Amino acid sequence: MVTAQSKPQSAETEKYNVIGTRPIRHDGVDKVTGAAQYGADLNLPGMLAGRVLRSPHAHARIVSIDTSKAEALDGVLAVITNADFPRASDEVIDTGEGTAQLNWVLDNVIASDKVLYKGHAVAAVAATDHHIAEDAIELIEVEYEVLTPVLDVRDAMVDGSPLLHESLHTGEMDGSKSDNPSNTASHLQFTKGDLDTGFADADVVIEREFETSMAHQGYIEPHNGSAYYRADGTLDIWTSTQGAFVVRDSVAPLLQLSPSQVKVTPMEIGGGFGGKIPVYLEPLAALLSQKTGRPVKLTMNREEVLLATGPTSGTYMRVRMGAKRDGTITAADVHLAFEAGAYPGSPVGAGAMCALAPYDIPNQRIDGYDVVVNKPKTAAYRAPGAPQSEFATESVLNELAEELGLDPLEMRLKNACEEGAQRADGFTYGVIGNVECLQAAQESPHWQSELEGPNRGRGIAQGFWFNIGFESSAYAQVNGDGTVPLVLGSTDIGGTRASLAMQLAETLGISAEDVRPHVVDTNSVGYTQVTGGSRTTFAGGWAAYETAMDIRRQMEERAAQIWECDAADVSYGDDAIIRGPQDEDGNDQQFTFKELAGQLVTSGGHIVGRADVNKTSSGPAFATHIVDVEVDPDTGKVDILRYTAVQDAGTAIHPAYVEGQMQGGVAQGVGMALNEEYYYDESGDLKNASLLDYRMPTALDLPMIETNIVEVPNPGHPYGVRGVGEVPIIPPAPAVRAAIANAIGVHMSELPMSPRAILDATVLDDE
Amino acid sequence: MASEHIVVNCTINGEQQVFLANERDSLLEALRDRIGLTGAKEGCNNGNCGACCVNMDGRIVNSCLVMAAECEGSEIRTVEGLASGDQLSPLQNAFLEQAALQCGICTPGFLVAAEALLEQNPDPSEHEIRYWLAGNLCRCTGYDKIIKAVQQAAGQSVV
Repeated sequence: MVTAQSKPQSAETEKYNVIGTRPIRHDGVDKVTGAAQYGADLNLPGMLAGRVLRSPHAHARIVSIDTSKAEALDGVLAVITNADFPRASDEVIDTGEGTAQLNWVLDNVIASDKVLYKGHAVAAVAATDHHIAEDAIELIEVEYEVLTPVLDVRDAMVDGSPLLHESLHTGEMDGSKSDNPSNTASHLQFTKGDLDTGFADADVVIEREFETSMAHQGYIEPHNGSAYYRADGTLDIWTSTQGAFVVRDSVAPLLQLSPSQVKVTPMEIGGGFGGKIPVYLEPLAALLSQKTGRPVKLTMNREEVLLATGPTSGTYMRVRMGAKRDGTITAADVHLAFEAGAYPGSPVGAGAMCALAPYDIPNQRIDGYDVVVNKPKTAAYRAPGAPQSEFATESVLNELAEELGLDPLEMRLKNACEEGAQRADGFTYGVIGNVECLQAAQESPHWQSELEGPNRGRGIAQGFWFNIGFESSAYAQVNGDGTVPLVLGSTDIGGTRASLAMQLAETLGISAEDVRPHVVDTNSVGYTQVTGGSRTTFAGGWAAYETAMDIRRQMEERAAQIWECDAADVSYGDDAIIRGPQDEDGNDQQFTFKELAGQLVTSGGHIVGRADVNKTSSGPAFATHIVDVEVDPDTGKVDILRYTAVQDAGTAIHPAYVEGQMQGGVAQGVGMALNEEYYYDESGDLKNASLLDYRMPTALDLPMIETNIVEVPNPGHPYGVRGVGEVPIIPPAPAVRAAIANAIGVHMSELPMSPRAILDATVLDDE
Repeated sequence: MASEHIVVNCTINGEQQVFLANERDSLLEALRDRIGLTGAKEGCNNGNCGACCVNMDGRIVNSCLVMAAECEGSEIRTVEGLASGDQLSPLQNAFLEQAALQCGICTPGFLVAAEALLEQNPDPSEHEIRYWLAGNLCRCTGYDKIIKAVQQAAGQSVV
């Protein structure tokens, strides 16, 4: 394999042979030749095509469903509704991004008594051809009693608002529930110090309100799910998912099967960003296959993806922050109301944990509300909850700096959390790279440069995301030629085959190219949590490291057996030389890795290393972003002129893919900042359910994105990994807001800061 | 509602192909479902994302917007036709070396579109590359490394 980008390794990774280099990813050739098989590419003999009928209403009671005409259509083999599923209990299951009640998981997959958002699935068909399936759903007759939709988080929280769920009561952190049913599913609060004292100490206090729109992950591959149920009760599922085990553990109880009856094969996945964790089509495909005895494939079109999969929450937020004249922040009060969509489970908890996380503020209160509305059930989206909450807090911090006449970067340095600082939610930091990111940004050519020209401005913002660990498994066999196939349970969404293989290679002292990573089905590897939470290179890498250490131990034992010595006298060096004691003639005894690999078969058989790790720890991630914009005062359009992203990766295993995560996060963050929104009319009809109208950044909308990887190794990982995927989506929106304010003197209060919003604000400003 | 079927003769990646298309099939559906070439991807099915880009008679088309029946007599090239045997094209190599893909779902469309750009304009500016590729959406990379891969394939120095 070639290593074309031979950029020098960083000081941190110089001590490594493989880590910090840029090998060609192992799955690369398949992905540039069209050979890689994504979920929709699967075709099995006798496979049927499925299609889903969806609700035209945002809120309605289902009075009746008549499927007889659809069933009578030539080529239709099955039609199902919610009533065809076994009754689901209210038991709580792990959904990979949290937990959910099983009956609500089922109701979101296919509506029972009520439809709760436009696009909510109502029925599904399987037919011999997808054109016939499309015709068939048109023949299903559904009678609805239309109800008043609840579309805004603040409206939904008002007493007397129409209720989505009569059984939902507001849960508090102490476990108590409200007496009356409510659309507010839960309330949480984190506090630290005393707010009154903190605000009394402040010389300047600023309070701002913010509204942000729902925004979609926007992966280019629509959802898909295929299933084949056999007469012996075993079920195969093929799907593009971030977590094959989560799919297994969601589908099995929905069909009342044992997890051992269900095998999920993760196909290649065309983007996810958190949105491909929940199940949507897989249970429908499974039941359709059960009804027909044939494999069934379901795919969504783009409109279905936007209408009926999980975007991130729209929000209403209010932040009050006070500081002394020298820039010391004395108090912050944060109110976060997050739309969960149709069922409880917004990311408000994570948003609350992150809201003030970069700063050591003595007096804080953070309130979070999880609120159901007649919009699709939200799903995780890259650092779920944090882009919203940190947009609000970073924006107010920038305004405080402006009010006090302080450099916003200096003000952040003055208040930055360091090792030992405690967040309001109780977490105390270990070694973190918060200050190092700010310092690197301060020294960057971008920050040091002058920005000139009318209607141009510069902004800065900090981002924090906690990252997660949890369970990952791996195993690997040493082949006779010294190559090592590495078997993984983590879906490779952006280069993790490479980043995990590199950690195995580093530990064994062999090349990345001598490791062949494979992602396999749920029967072929141990439990592995989702590819999400920036956990895969961290926890999966740890599993690869432990797998390699297991191989090293066995290689030592095998060498000892060959040399007829004590295994304690054999050592496996980081240079991949296995050294033993001198032989009877006083000669050194040693094997290279490949030499010993070549003797394994004749000395007792192959060696297989394995590991299952479950880490409750993680490595918190910080990022500092700088952006220059130009605002067109006539149209309100904002152009990004220059962008620099600084981020602490801990250790960058494959720097090119770390840069890629940073650049991709920036692009999504800029989209959220400037264009992307769910635009509903008053009936709850999403008016922009296409990629023309849901406007994501194109190549023409962005400049090159300068990256600066800071490496403050995470002491809680064998190679110092922190996880890099999520934090870069957080700073763009507040940085762009600050740049717009710097350019035209207007402080925006909503996301997206679209041309319409900017014209509204500037016209109002002129008046 | 029974559909008519149509015999279509065309050349795909240099090979003569005869297939039976449903009259409602797009070229994308015919490629994927009738011929078994799944390299072109469906991202939107209405011409907004470019994941289904193929080269049809020298022009880049969104194959989801072309009816299969329109392809009679056409010469079509898909991502599967870019490499020669086990030799990747310079553009394919550049995508790998520049780490210009993450999930890879948009990559076939970008490769087909970028190859056509370099055929017409062997030394494009950054702006020309961005303009040409604005019809192909990528959600993972922020485009930076894709632009650099095209620059590398054009023989330009890449920072």
